Amino acid sequence: MSDCKPEEFLAATICRLVLDPSAPTARHVAVGAASPVPAAACYLAQKLGYPIRLSLLARTQGNPFSDGTRELFDLTGQGRIDLFFLGGGQIDGEANLNLVGTGEWPGKGVRFPGSFGSAFMYMMTPRIILFREEHSPRVLVQKVDNISANGVSPPGVFRRGHAQALVTGRCVFRFHPDRARFSLASVHAGETVDSIRAATGFDFDVDGEVPQTPAPSDQELALLRGAVCDEMLETYPDFCARVFGRKLAA
Amino acid sequence: MSLVDLESLAARVPDGSRLAMPPDNSLPSVALAKALIRRGVRGLRLVGVPTSGFATDILVGAGCVAEVETSAVSLGEAGFAPRFSAALKAGEIEMKDATCPAIHTMLQASEKGVPFMPLRGIIGSDILAHRPDWRVMDNPFAESGDPIVLLPALQPDFGVFHAVMADAKGNVWLGRKRECATIAHASKASLVTVERVVEGDFLADETLAPGCISATYIDGIAIAERGARPVALLDEYRMDTAYISDYARMAKSAEGFREWLAIHVFETRAAAAE
Repeated sequence: MSDCKPEEFLAATICRLVLDPSAPTARHVAVGAASPVPAAACYLAQKLGYPIRLSLLARTQGNPFSDGTRELFDLTGQGRIDLFFLGGGQIDGEANLNLVGTGEWPGKGVRFPGSFGSAFMYMMTPRIILFREEHSPRVLVQKVDNISANGVSPPGVFRRGHAQALVTGRCVFRFHPDRARFSLASVHAGETVDSIRAATGFDFDVDGEVPQTPAPSDQELALLRGAVCDEMLETYPDFCARVFGRKLAA
Repeated sequence: MSLVDLESLAARVPDGSRLAMPPDNSLPSVALAKALIRRGVRGLRLVGVPTSGFATDILVGAGCVAEVETSAVSLGEAGFAPRFSAALKAGEIEMKDATCPAIHTMLQASEKGVPFMPLRGIIGSDILAHRPDWRVMDNPFAESGDPIVLLPALQPDFGVFHAVMADAKGNVWLGRKRECATIAHASKASLVTVERVVEGDFLADETLAPGCISATYIDGIAIAERGARPVALLDEYRMDTAYISDYARMAKSAEGFREWLAIHVFETRAAAAE
């Protein structure tokens, strides 16, 4: 296990959240463009035998949508995408996401690319897993400078779901929409509650003893490096070369 | 059909026009964007459907753009869009931030010829707070309060994109990139570059017709071989990532960008004319 790459560890961690029996079943999962780790997590769930329909927006050959890029949003609007992944340049303690930029609107400090579909997807998908590998006080802030997509909504505003969890390079947080706060679910090897507190700009809850995030099993690692990599080579060649050391045949 | 050369196609776009363009995972006409820079167009209002990429960054850098309405601007793996970021910071462009399905929905309203369409989500996002043209009302069909966002129809002056081929009737074929069809249907006119022109009528062929946009919507076509480059064209050519990273590096500074323009936008034409 010592030779497990961070991306493999995170993919296995996200896979367990995808398959979490206490969450609504994920029958159709969509994965955004620049998301190789969540894509690997979903392929791993498939290869472990779970019947998940996986729509990878980044796929060119065999892209799931034949009616244009709006099809993802139309499906989501109907409630036919069960799980999606989002990140953020800033994420705060109420699970608000900032993909617009720092400083005054629309990012007079550092401009990020923009909100993409987040303002819609966050509210219309029953489950969202937040993923941001960088875990630092500049990313995980007390209050985002600008809200691209809000973590909770007032009563009466139509919303299908919330963040299920936030996975970072240091830990897994659970989100509790009832109190709009994160709690620490597990810490990755080498981290403690104190080291997480030091690296996190927002307050979070700690309920009892916090376990260590389990490492991938031998079976999970073998699948990631084999069948999962096979699926991802075409769409994420750089990721596969870097993480799995494999290249597309010329 | 209306087949003209690339520079003449660019000449049809008056200063101040609103242009809808697809992003780098679809079929932008980078060739037409470069021709617009050569023509010296000013004051364009660009709409990214639903996001923006390379073509937007070079048009902004060249001073052709007054306003960008989009859900994100990025060079993908090559990072943030450098000239867009610089222009935004310097206050040289107006930014109208949106979210992807809102862009689609505003265009769909134009497709149908209705003044607005509703869309779920968005309520609570700062995007809404900065869009005075977007409204919230209660769903009139709900028994109790059910706030929902109303988006005004968005009708661009021109849809601009690249396609694989045009036929003798002026239909164009671009496969599954149907956001370009939304662009064409919603815009007052569409200007399209193609790799080639072929004989026949795509609409008479059951396998080609679904990936085709009818000549009804197309007002001008120019042949531009590798006209999406450095963006990919379906399975015909891949994204030229080296070209984009080279651009991202040079365009970090205004001076580097001008050098890039001289090589890749102005000199290319001189070479092609020889």
